[in-house]
Amino acid sequence: MKRVVITGQGTINPLGHSVPDTLEGLREGRCAIGPLDIRDVERLSIRIGGQVKGYVPEDHFNRQQIALYDRFTQFTLLAAKQAIGQAGLTFCGELSQEAGVVLGTSGGGMTTLDENYRSVYEDGKNRVHPFVVPKLMNNAAASHVSMTYNLKGPSFTVATACASSNHAMGQAFQLIRSGISRVMVTGGSESMLCFGGIKAWEGLRVMSRDGCRPFSANRNGMVQGEGAAVFVFEEYEHARARGAQMLAEVVGFAMTSDASDIVMPSRQGAARAISGALRDARLNPEDIGYINAHGTGTAANDKTECAAVADVFGPHADRLMISSTKSMHGHLIGGTGAVELLACIMALKDGIIAPTIGYDEPDPECTLDVVPNVAREAQVDVALSNAFAFGGLNAVLALRRI
Amino acid sequence: MSDSVKDKVIGIIAEQAVLEPSDVKPEQSLEDLGIDSLGLVESIFAIEEAFDIQVPFNANEPTESDFDISSVDAIVRAVEALVADQKG
Repeated sequence: MKRVVITGQGTINPLGHSVPDTLEGLREGRCAIGPLDIRDVERLSIRIGGQVKGYVPEDHFNRQQIALYDRFTQFTLLAAKQAIGQAGLTFCGELSQEAGVVLGTSGGGMTTLDENYRSVYEDGKNRVHPFVVPKLMNNAAASHVSMTYNLKGPSFTVATACASSNHAMGQAFQLIRSGISRVMVTGGSESMLCFGGIKAWEGLRVMSRDGCRPFSANRNGMVQGEGAAVFVFEEYEHARARGAQMLAEVVGFAMTSDASDIVMPSRQGAARAISGALRDARLNPEDIGYINAHGTGTAANDKTECAAVADVFGPHADRLMISSTKSMHGHLIGGTGAVELLACIMALKDGIIAPTIGYDEPDPECTLDVVPNVAREAQVDVALSNAFAFGGLNAVLALRRI
Repeated sequence: MSDSVKDKVIGIIAEQAVLEPSDVKPEQSLEDLGIDSLGLVESIFAIEEAFDIQVPFNANEPTESDFDISSVDAIVRAVEALVADQKG
């Protein structure tokens, strides 16, 4: 089996439009959740979110591109540009034939759907722009990355709600580990902070009106965010031979299905995914120093996640650190695992553990070390990233310091 | 008016529980009736639509909201109060 390393990372998310800005936000424990600035917000009962602020599409894309790129595709392309630029790779010849792109998204071109439904239903128009379908389709972002960078190998989009990015990155990892490809571009993107997107989530009554406070006894729900993160996964020898900077090694991945409930999480399903990732990476529970939690800030998730971690790690559960950065950037749904992987890499590479902010009151059902409110310096050798999706689909990645 | 609120609420709960309205007893809890968290959220939506009211309910803290869901009777009384408040 081949070893897999990360040689590039890029992002645009509520905390920043680049990796350094984002890491600074994570270190400072900055909250990027605030009042939503979207059309018809006054008709929503949930009016907060983690929006990407100060973003002007025209600064990055021409008119023809904007006509074809939904916001989730724009975010993906910006993140991919940073990641591939950092990796220093150009794709031609044989490498181009095998390198591909696997991305996660849940809603795809939700803004495009929202705008065009509005146009035909509310404004009564009978004609829509010819690019509606290629703009809204879930694989649009993956396809545009492949076209922009000449990636001609295995390429597809994974849609498993809140676990989409982790499932996508797991696939990219396996494609390299098994020898199918030497380089994969992977990660995820989401942009559903539009009227219809928020309205749909409101219906479920799991959203907070005032903030995301994972693991804190006074939490009252999740807050949505938007954005993207993209990584370059590369076969270790290939990266070494060209002297590439290695940010971290991907050492394990596991996925499970609860097969029980369409929205309620399962302690067993989550625990099986966590222990599966350890087994896949040939690690012992004691090796894990940090877990980036799924940590949505809902009563159901946080309790279940803490119980699952306690089940898998036993006494070591009280010694490891587990934080939810959703408290800062919100829940990026299909893109969330990708943005959260940045926090895992920061823990391994820089020895800085991103905090769980908004932590006010201990909850007897969540007694782990959630790195409350303030970032911490600590040497971590192995980190896990949890994602547990609606529909009971779980995906956990294991990364090691390199 | 009051009776019709009660009948409508019980009708909504009965439909969710797949029971005849006559089989839904005031003292029963939603759990007794086999209604889970998703069924509860759907029932509240149906109540809001039926009475054109807003029901204050967050699935994260069902016991802390002002809307008492401890029994069928409690729900009926809570809906009556909301109708009086919001439609009166």
